[in-house]
Amino acid sequence: MDLGLNEAQQMLKNSAREFLDSECTSDYVRAMEEDERGYTAEMWQKIAEQGWLGLMFPEEYGGFGLNFMDLSILLEETGRVMLPGPLFSTVLMGGMSILNAGSEEQKKELLPQIAEGQLIVTLALTEPTASWDPQGIQTVATAVEDGWMINGIKLFVPNAHVSDTFVVAARTGEEDMDVSLFLVDRNANGVSETLLKTIASDRQSEIVLEDVKVPSSALLGNINEGWGTIKRVLDLGAVGKCAEMVGGSQEVLDMTVEYVKQRTQFGRPIGSFQAIQHHCANMATDVEGSRYITYQAAWHLSEDLPSDQEVAMAKAYVSDAYRRVCALGHQCHGAIGFTKEHNMQLYSRRAKAAELAFGDSGYHLENVARNLGI
Amino acid sequence: MDFKLNKEDEQFRSEVAAFVNQELPWDWRNRSLDPDEPEDAVLVKEFKKKLAGQGWLTMAWPEEYGGSSASHVKQMILNEEMAYRGVPAGDAGTRMVGPILMLYGTDEQKQEFLPKIAGADIDWAQGYSEPDSGSDLASLQTRAVEDGDEFVVNGSKIWNNAHSGADWMFMLARTEQDAPKHRGISFLLTEMKSPGITIEKIPMMWNAHRSLVTFEDLRIPKKNLVGEQNMGWYVGAALLDFERSGVDRPARAKRLLEDLVSYCQVTKRNGRLLSDDPIIRRKLAEAAVQIESCRMMCYNVVWMQSKEMIPNKEASITKAYGSELTHHIYELGMELMGMHGQLEPGSKYVPLQGRIENGFMRSRGGMVAAGTSEIQRNVIASRGLGLPRG
Repeated sequence: MDLGLNEAQQMLKNSAREFLDSECTSDYVRAMEEDERGYTAEMWQKIAEQGWLGLMFPEEYGGFGLNFMDLSILLEETGRVMLPGPLFSTVLMGGMSILNAGSEEQKKELLPQIAEGQLIVTLALTEPTASWDPQGIQTVATAVEDGWMINGIKLFVPNAHVSDTFVVAARTGEEDMDVSLFLVDRNANGVSETLLKTIASDRQSEIVLEDVKVPSSALLGNINEGWGTIKRVLDLGAVGKCAEMVGGSQEVLDMTVEYVKQRTQFGRPIGSFQAIQHHCANMATDVEGSRYITYQAAWHLSEDLPSDQEVAMAKAYVSDAYRRVCALGHQCHGAIGFTKEHNMQLYSRRAKAAELAFGDSGYHLENVARNLGI
Repeated sequence: MDFKLNKEDEQFRSEVAAFVNQELPWDWRNRSLDPDEPEDAVLVKEFKKKLAGQGWLTMAWPEEYGGSSASHVKQMILNEEMAYRGVPAGDAGTRMVGPILMLYGTDEQKQEFLPKIAGADIDWAQGYSEPDSGSDLASLQTRAVEDGDEFVVNGSKIWNNAHSGADWMFMLARTEQDAPKHRGISFLLTEMKSPGITIEKIPMMWNAHRSLVTFEDLRIPKKNLVGEQNMGWYVGAALLDFERSGVDRPARAKRLLEDLVSYCQVTKRNGRLLSDDPIIRRKLAEAAVQIESCRMMCYNVVWMQSKEMIPNKEASITKAYGSELTHHIYELGMELMGMHGQLEPGSKYVPLQGRIENGFMRSRGGMVAAGTSEIQRNVIASRGLGLPRG
């Protein structure tokens, strides 16, 4: 049993932290909240040069052949600094869909482009039904001559506004599980995308698909067999999001401890008052609890072991833990933490989005209950 | 990063499970023992001797004292598997007195006590807390005054298990009145059948007892002083590097949750199985998640120790969290039992032999004993996070 990082993982973590501390300051994060794209082309290029986009792709597709555990370590670092931009959606949601379901030809064509930063992809799965289950998919793809016709609405699609390609999940049969995946070009006729206004200043969109015609070659994987890929991507997404949350919650803890050591009232640092100390102790407990339950899930996924319960437990726990950490962080910071100028609210707003992504605790607790045999 | 145990350790886990299933004279699935109660203490002692026979009771001890210097992981496995089955993997002797004697004992003391501790031949009572000294243990007032080659002890110790047949007590007593409070304390051993010791059983709300032990001119030979006089606080604080993850808490909680899930699968309320109630499903799932996050944090403590890192805040976290989640799960259990939750062991209609009602009461103690949740949070904040003293 080894709960530490191996040498390569430690190097990845150290270099990522060094890069992000210098390139992804809170000034940058703040500026990108107002920016139309939400990230700079320069930053994206630098990220590509770091090798992060192709980290998990096999070498034959232009990647580094690392595994999900390694990516999780990176995501802990990006979560810690709230890296804006389509890294997560491109790599884990779009990229892993293609890697999991794509034909040799599709993988060879698309994955190297993603790895080089030339192609941005996202997964268009959820709809106004706001469900993470196959029943929530009401977008329909009908077979037509030379291809498919897709109709429906996708909602809460991350970074759709900058994605070149959407991996669209659509219903192609009568049964609940008859879902297929299609590669849809953002510029195809009938596609319209609208940015939503969200609490986390992240970029999520509505995509309306009206008689969107795609060629047969746009099918990703086999007809009616898309849910297997979607499930895999949702598992990776949930745990990847947990990794980001672990990084974020650690930073909130560190920031809070630093603040309460310095802020004085009644003639002493407020960190010397027991109420504050106990808040910080509770935050530390939540951060530790989040970390190892996340690592366990990430490791199980990396090793291709059965992971349903580990994934469900991790997402259920961390979603709520990060929320609690931010709540206590706010309590300890007092009024200053509510100002836009302060970093505390940058984290707490993102914590809300992260809690909801890939299923909140209520959703995953039902999975946990089922896995307990009830 | 690797959550897999190595083959040997996995095998050891299976061995332990098989041994308990075969050798335990009571049905661990349906009965928990309280080693603080005299009748149960006898059964526990017999089982500890069997563990000693396997070489497991003192496996964490160094080889020179008859142990096998078992790795932290292996110790954790034994503790986890035993706790899951509601049986002790050690006692105050193997975990505290023995290690303290190894570090600070004279050769005579080691020869006198270590073999008996290893053979589960001595039952120990812990003489730390006093009526006026709980969390602030260093404020203790029991006095030990030198008189020739003896100490004369006056004072009292409370909340220990002296009443269940303890043979010896290890205690902290004040040997120097004028020194700063931590510096005037000595670590002493006393035979419980010595004259001058009175034991009073205090009934606790969970229908078991703790003891108030009063010393009136108790004489302790100086040869029973362990370590340097007036350095007892530090002697008592020294621990050999045994695993201190607290993994026993999530292990016991897991077994408890299994009981509750089974109960929900066969019990109806208002025409519906409890396990079909979405609110109950959620609460059971939350409990499972808390147990798992606690277990993972405990594993991390063990891993840190195996790498010679000191788990300053991590061990306090698992103690506070583990004891609290245990009580919350008993609370959930009481909720599940509904009206029947009021019934005590022995009552007609009592569900699950009354284990839930009893555990609900008893588990409050876990959040206070061995360092209250509040003290643990103070430690996490100060020693773990570096926050300034109040």
